[in-house]
Amino acid sequence: MYEVIAFYVFAISTTILFLITAFSKNVLYAMTALASGMVMISGFFFLLGADFLGVVQLIVYVGAVMALYAFGMMFFDATKDIKEKHQNPTLVFILGGLMALVFVIMFSAPIIGENVQAIHPVIEGVGNAQAVGMVLFTKYLVAFEVAAVMLLVAMIAGIILAGKKMDYSLTTNDDTYDHEDEILKGAGK
Amino acid sequence: MIGVSHYLILSGLLFSIGFMGVLRRKNLLMLFFATEMMLNASNIAFVAIGNYYGDLSGQMFAFFVIAVAASEVAVGLGLLILLYKKYGSLDLDVISAMKG
Repeated sequence: MYEVIAFYVFAISTTILFLITAFSKNVLYAMTALASGMVMISGFFFLLGADFLGVVQLIVYVGAVMALYAFGMMFFDATKDIKEKHQNPTLVFILGGLMALVFVIMFSAPIIGENVQAIHPVIEGVGNAQAVGMVLFTKYLVAFEVAAVMLLVAMIAGIILAGKKMDYSLTTNDDTYDHEDEILKGAGK
Repeated sequence: MIGVSHYLILSGLLFSIGFMGVLRRKNLLMLFFATEMMLNASNIAFVAIGNYYGDLSGQMFAFFVIAVAASEVAVGLGLLILLYKKYGSLDLDVISAMKG
């Protein structure tokens, strides 16, 4: 009974928050709604018994990704509403509805097919985090290491890209500062 | 009782909300938010199917999707800052160089 109530509360709040994110004109509202939607999605993971993934969702998405967006928004003007020119809004809604239909059919196809079996069955007698660790560090070890290298590459790329011309003001637009020279010399001095 | 189909329908719904956002947004930062929504919707589907079959592979895939999303945000936000420094705007109509 509690599962049903929790599912519907999380489902309705996630849908509303994501709709706000998709249709809001203000960047700050959209980001806040997206962060709260991520918190609600971690609730689904806890409901489905994936405790470790729920905690990872909270830490990585709400803690790291949204904080990164918040820091990135310091570079942009977040307070004023963005103006967007929409050319064909009805086509967007038709395509989105068709997309929803296709996805529901596609996702329910494996339920109709009966011959699907678990490759890595849930290990009995241990908690979720322990079971995830046992599978992650045996079957998915190479993918795990590659993901670690990928995160390192992304970190270096982020530092290099955002660190360029850091001492050049975006808002005052002073042309006295020779920032073309800075690009040629690189950010590594 | 809540079955796997509830989760899958919700996941498809959230994915299509994100897809609509990708189609209608002209601001690059909002476009990034829409892609995050789509990634999260697919994560719900992975975990729900994994739970249905008693399989941990779904959680593994969702884990790697989160890792990919984190690195995508780091690189993408750096590129957004560079674009904003160059053009003074994040609107796709302003940034686009090809006319057509």
